[in-house]
Amino acid sequence: MLAKEIERAGIPTVYVTSLPTVATMIGANRIIRGPAITHPFGLDADERRRIVERAFELLETEVEPNTVWEVAG
Amino acid sequence: MKAVHYLNQFFAGLGGEDKAETPPVRLDGAVGPGRGLAAELEDVDIVATIACGDDYFAEHEDEALATLLAYLEEDPPDVLVAGPAFGSGRYGYACGTLVAAAAERGIASVAAMHPENPGVDAAGKAYVVPTAVNVAGMRDVLPRLARVASALAAGRELGTPDQGGYLPRGFRRNYFAEKTGAERAIDLLLAKLGGETRTEVGGGLDRVEPPAAVPDLSQALVALVTEAGCVPQGNPDRLPAVRAQGWFRYDLTGEETLSAARYESVHGGFDVTLANEDPNRLVPLDTARELEREGRIGRLHEAFYTTTGNGTPVVTSTRFGREIAGELREAGVGAVLLSGT
Repeated sequence: MLAKEIERAGIPTVYVTSLPTVATMIGANRIIRGPAITHPFGLDADERRRIVERAFELLETEVEPNTVWEVAG
Repeated sequence: MKAVHYLNQFFAGLGGEDKAETPPVRLDGAVGPGRGLAAELEDVDIVATIACGDDYFAEHEDEALATLLAYLEEDPPDVLVAGPAFGSGRYGYACGTLVAAAAERGIASVAAMHPENPGVDAAGKAYVVPTAVNVAGMRDVLPRLARVASALAAGRELGTPDQGGYLPRGFRRNYFAEKTGAERAIDLLLAKLGGETRTEVGGGLDRVEPPAAVPDLSQALVALVTEAGCVPQGNPDRLPAVRAQGWFRYDLTGEETLSAARYESVHGGFDVTLANEDPNRLVPLDTARELEREGRIGRLHEAFYTTTGNGTPVVTSTRFGREIAGELREAGVGAVLLSGT
């Protein structure tokens, strides 16, 4: 819901979550699938960096509603 | 029984857009579409028509409402009917606001307008009968509106939105069903296989268009927001682990990382052990700072926003989102990285 309301204000928002299904149901539009509930950005700094970079890429990409991206590696 | 009918300046015959600033007036009996409505009402007479210019209402809401409510309270009707406003936003808003206020004061009220009219939200718990988007739907709506108004005046139960002919208001009522949930679920599935999608519980969540992509993050102010309950060590502001009533904003000036010594997560909905070993796992500040230094993003916002997304009702998290969005907008934030769980 936070994602949707911030998007409603016109600010591009990327939501990193291990539950993209829920995020889609709620209506978030830029979603990155994170590896786990307890650590949505992964465990180590390298994985974290990959996920954040992917998230930033999604912010710079035009999307259809409810777009979910995976992170490679 | 007595009804009072609310109309805008146009339908009350006072004039068009040029008369949109007309302050509230009270006219005897039914006027304009009120006559058609009166013919459809059952045992109810329209004793008065109250009207107000759409712009006047929008620009002087408190005064307009006070005057209109005073008309109603002088001689309280058995039902107040407002509209139909169809797709007209200002008129719909006035109708919705008026019926909500009247209902709060114990006057049974019903408005009529297109389901997407912003006035529907303004009507709150008062009844709204759906209409077509424009006045071509007048003949269709009057009997339906009259039916609801007559029932309200007589104190009759309207039943569910489908039965009563009004828009859902978001209430749930318990009732004993003849078939078990399992049987009803199979019925819905068979219907769906046959091409008909029915549901017992409505959707209710609106959609928001994705904002345009950020053209170049290296020019942007980026903010970190989280619902993973990340807070300064010791949770100084007592963010709850569940059913959060608010959100907090914590300054990040000079912070290059969220160290375990200085931050923790209080989210009660998942095991925070891993997150507490390294809070950057929830709010990736160290990575964001690295990318900021490298110029991948323009600048990181000076604070992060946090709440606990655990058992938070939709209406509450919506409010949080709007409040946080307001601050972000004011600060010129161009993009947000939101972490959930």
